[in-house]
Amino acid sequence: MNSSKSANQQYKPQASIPSPYRVVRPELELEAIEKVLATTRNPESIGNKSIVVARDVTKSYRRSKTIVPVLKGVDFSAERGKITAIIGQSGSGKSTLLHLLGTLDRPDSGEILFDGQRTDNLPARKRDAFRNQQLGMIFQFYHLLPELTLLENVIAPAMIGQSIFSYFRNRKAIIERAKSLTDMVGLSHRLHHKPCELSGGEMQRTAIARALVTSPKLLLADEPTGNLDQESGQSILQLMRDLNRDTGLTIVMVTHDENIAQQCDALVRLKGGRLEALK
Amino acid sequence: MYKLLLCWRYLKTRWIALASIVSVTLGVATLIVVNSVMDGFTSQMQDRMHGILSDLVVDTRGTNGISEPNWYVERIRARIGNSVEGITTVVTLPAMMTFTHNGASHTQQINLIGIDQKTYASVSDFSKYLLHPDNKSQLDFRLKQSGYAPEREALQPSGWEHRNRVEQVKKERLTQLEQYRRLQEQITEEQRSQLSNQLGQNVSKEPASETANDNNSSVSPQTTASPQTTADAQTLSAMMSGPSFQPSHSNEERGRVFDASKEQRTGIVLGIGIGSVRGRDTAGQVKDYFFIRPGDDVSVAFPNAGTPPRAIDEMFTVVDFYESKMSEYDATFAFVPIEALQQARGMIDPMSKVGAVTSIQIKLKKGADLNVARNALRDEFPPTESYVQVNSWRDTQGPLLAAVQMETTILNVLLFMIIAVAGFGILATFFMIVVEKTRDIGVLKSLGAPGTGIASIFLGYGVLLGSLGSGAGVVCGLLFVWKINQIARVLEWFTGREVFDPTVYYFDSIPTIIHPFTIVWVSIGAVIIAIMASVLPSIRAARMHPVEALRYE
Repeated sequence: MNSSKSANQQYKPQASIPSPYRVVRPELELEAIEKVLATTRNPESIGNKSIVVARDVTKSYRRSKTIVPVLKGVDFSAERGKITAIIGQSGSGKSTLLHLLGTLDRPDSGEILFDGQRTDNLPARKRDAFRNQQLGMIFQFYHLLPELTLLENVIAPAMIGQSIFSYFRNRKAIIERAKSLTDMVGLSHRLHHKPCELSGGEMQRTAIARALVTSPKLLLADEPTGNLDQESGQSILQLMRDLNRDTGLTIVMVTHDENIAQQCDALVRLKGGRLEALK
Repeated sequence: MYKLLLCWRYLKTRWIALASIVSVTLGVATLIVVNSVMDGFTSQMQDRMHGILSDLVVDTRGTNGISEPNWYVERIRARIGNSVEGITTVVTLPAMMTFTHNGASHTQQINLIGIDQKTYASVSDFSKYLLHPDNKSQLDFRLKQSGYAPEREALQPSGWEHRNRVEQVKKERLTQLEQYRRLQEQITEEQRSQLSNQLGQNVSKEPASETANDNNSSVSPQTTASPQTTADAQTLSAMMSGPSFQPSHSNEERGRVFDASKEQRTGIVLGIGIGSVRGRDTAGQVKDYFFIRPGDDVSVAFPNAGTPPRAIDEMFTVVDFYESKMSEYDATFAFVPIEALQQARGMIDPMSKVGAVTSIQIKLKKGADLNVARNALRDEFPPTESYVQVNSWRDTQGPLLAAVQMETTILNVLLFMIIAVAGFGILATFFMIVVEKTRDIGVLKSLGAPGTGIASIFLGYGVLLGSLGSGAGVVCGLLFVWKINQIARVLEWFTGREVFDPTVYYFDSIPTIIHPFTIVWVSIGAVIIAIMASVLPSIRAARMHPVEALRYE
C-alpha cells in the first residue's frame, strides 16, 4: 500500500523546526499531486475545495424497539485548510455526524467522501487504516490510554499503523516526531508522566499531539474544550488555530460553546436532524 | 507493537488477574508432582517385579519339567542368540516348609525354586537382594560365620554364630537332663534298698530281677551312656529346633550321626517375608522380628517327580535371606541348589545324568525388544509341538502394571479438569477486564486499530498469564518433588498422621521420577487452556463498536 510508503516518508525527522508551533510538511507537495490524481479519477471532485463531504446522510439509533432518527438527510462539507465548527444542542447528532465523518460508524443512507473518495462503503480494514493514516481525533474526555506514558500515548497511532518490524525500523524517526509534537504543544517536560498525573489541559494537548503524529489531513475534534475551564479551553483553541494557520490543517470541531464557535472560519448548526449554515 | 506494549502494561498494572491464574499454577504443580510420584512408584514397582524375574521365561506346564533342557537352550540360542545375555535353567514347584519357633512347629506354603547359582545371577538381579555381602557377589549356599546385614540389629546373631549358640543351649539342656536322670536313678536305688530292708528277702527278689532287666536294656549309665545321650539329643534337638520329621538322607550317610554344630544341610535362601514379620512396637517404631535366622534348619516337603507324585521331605539350612521388597515374592519364594532338588525329586536321568528342569529363564541384552524376542520364541516353540509356554515378565505382571497405568491416566484427566476449571476463572476475569477496558478499546479503534489487533491484545494477555501461571506451576511442582520427603515429614508432624507408612511400603523415602516430556506437555496444555479461555473475551473486545465503546463512561 502506498499509504505505508508515504507514512515512512512522513516519519522522517524534521531537519529543523523554526518555531515550537510550526511543523514543516514536505508531504504537502505530495498531497497536491494526490489531489490532482484524485480529480482525474473522480470527475465529481473537480474544482471541489472540500476535503470531507457528507451527502444526504441519515442515521438513526435503535433504542430497544423504537427507532430514533438522529440525522435526517444532512449535507455537510468542510473546506480544505479551514476550521469548521458544528454546533447544536445536546443530542442533536453533532457527535454522530463527526463519527460518520471519522468512519467510526456507517450512515444508514447517503455517502461520505474524503478527498473525493467514498469512505462509508469501504471494508472495515481499509477504514481502520484510513482512520489511522488520514485522520486525527480528539475527544471531550481526552481518551488517553491510562497505562501508557505521555510519550507512548503520542506514538500509539504510529505503532498501530505499522507492523512490529517496520516500527522498530522507524522507531527513531517516530520518537523524534512525537517529541517535536509534544514540544510543540508545550509538554516536552512531561514525556514520561502517566495521564493521571496530568491536568485536563495537558491531557488535551497530549491528545492533540497524538492526533497529529501520523500527519493527518483532517483533525476531528469532539467538544475539545467541553471539559476544560475557560482559560485552558481558550489555549487549546489557540493551539488549534495556530496549527491551522501554520500547517494548513483542516479542522472539524463539534462544540456547544458559541463563543468558541464564533472564532472558527465556518459555522453550521444541527437542528432537528438537519444542518443549517450560519457563517 | 502496541499490542505487546499494552499486554505488558495490562499485566503490570493488573495483578488481580494473576489471582485467576493461581489455579493454573496449582493445577500444573499438582500434575507434575502426581506424575513424578506415580512414575517413581511405577518404576520402583517395575524394578521390584522385574528384580528376581528374568526377562523371558520358557515354562513347562507341569512340575516334572522337560528332560532335555540343553536341546531347548540350543534352540533358543539359535533363534535369538544375538540378543541373549544370559540363560539359566530352574526347577520351580510348590512346597510346604516347616520350621520351629519357640518350641512350636509351623508349616507354610512356599514356592521352591531350584537354581543354578553360577548362572542364575546372570539373568536377574537376584544376588543383589541377598543380605550377606559375600553372597551378593557369588551365592554358594554355604552358611557364613556371621555378617548378615550387620545394620539390622534384629537379625543378629546369624549364621554359624547363631547355629552354635543354639547347639550350645541344646548341649546344656542335655547335660541337665543327664544329671536329672542320674539323680532319679540314685533315688530309685535308695528306695529299693529301703524297700528290701523293710519287706525282707522274699519280697526283694522281684525288684532285683527288675533291676536286672533295667540293666540289660538301657539304664546302666556307665556302659551305655553315649548312644543313650545321642538318641536323647536327637529327640531334644527335634523338639527344640527342627521339626518332627525323619532325618535328612542326602546330607549324611546312613548310620552316620549328623553334627549340627559343625555341619550344615543343603542351603536354602528364603524370602525375608517368610522368616520375619514387620510391625510396630508400642513406641510406634517400625521393627522387624525374625523367627527364622540364617543358621536354622527347616524342613521342606515337596512332590517328587514320580507319577502319581508322592511328598518327600528334605531338610535345609537357611543360609541367607533375600529382600526384593516385592512382598509377593519375599513372602513365597525360597531358593535351593538345583542339583539337590533334582536329586531329591528323581529328576536326573540315570543314563545321561542330565537333570530335568521346569523352566528356562533368559535375560536379554540391553535395548533388545522384549516382545519381539518373546514372539520369536513363541514361534519357535508352538503349542502344537512343545509343552512349554513363553512369557515375558511383563506378561506375568501385566494386570498390575496395567492397573497402575490406568490410575495414572485417570488422575491426569481429573487434574486437567482442574486446570480447565481454572480456565473458566480466567474467562470470567478476562470478561471483567474487557468491560473495564471498553473505553480504551474504543480509543484504540478510533486511532485505527483493527479488530484483530484488539483481539490479539487480549489473546496475548491470556498467553502471558497462562505462561506465567504454568511457569510458576512448573517451578513449584519441581521444588515440591525435589523436597517431597521433607514436605511429607512436615505434614506428618503437622497432622500427626503418617503420610508414608514404611510397614506398608518397603521404601524409606518417596520415589520420584521427573520426565521432561511430562513437564513440557503439562505446561503447554495449561497455556492452551489459558488461550482458549481468553478467546471469547478477545472476540467480544474485537467486535465492540467504537462509538458505543467511546460513549461508555
